[in-house]
Amino acid sequence: MSAVLLSNAILAAQLMLAVAMALYLFRMLRGPRAQDRVIALDAFYVTAMLLIITLGMRTGSTRYFEAAAIIALLGFASSVALGKFLMRGEVIE
Amino acid sequence: MTGAALPLPVAVVIAVALLCGAGFTLAGAVGAFRLRSFYQRVHAPTLGSSMGMFLILASSILYFTMERGALVFHEILIAIFLSLTTPISLMLIVRAALARDRLEGSSDVPPLPGQADD
Repeated sequence: MSAVLLSNAILAAQLMLAVAMALYLFRMLRGPRAQDRVIALDAFYVTAMLLIITLGMRTGSTRYFEAAAIIALLGFASSVALGKFLMRGEVIE
Repeated sequence: MTGAALPLPVAVVIAVALLCGAGFTLAGAVGAFRLRSFYQRVHAPTLGSSMGMFLILASSILYFTMERGALVFHEILIAIFLSLTTPISLMLIVRAALARDRLEGSSDVPPLPGQADD
């Protein structure tokens, strides 16, 4: 009973997160301006990280946590670099 | 099989937290998809990176703790890190966008204080 409930809930959550990623991908491609794309990329990697967390719950393995942590770390670095690029036109001056 | 040994009330709590978190994230994505101007669209995704992230990580912590029978809470690292870094990166990007809009002389953003008469 609880196994059926949990696997259905995880499947539904993964579908919702996949739809959210598709909406962010549309905003990233459509854009109209560069800052819209950067904001969409920032939210896109957070949603991908959440999708990996739910994948770890589905497989019952804690190994996916490390992939999620790396996505969170590198995503922050890329957002800061892109924000710096938007501001100055260069990442490292 | 996923969580066959879990008692039903715990499974219900995990499932509800997971679905609420994913729903918050989806609502944020719909907001980023539909809202009209950039400064409106900035607000929506933070729903996913605060409330959605907290609920999904809490359900993951509860799931692994109940399944292993020992406290497994390393997901809290991601929660602390993201709740520290999301405001920083968003503030950087929005300040950059504001500077770009002011440089273009856009009429949608307020001018710098002290330059209102230009």
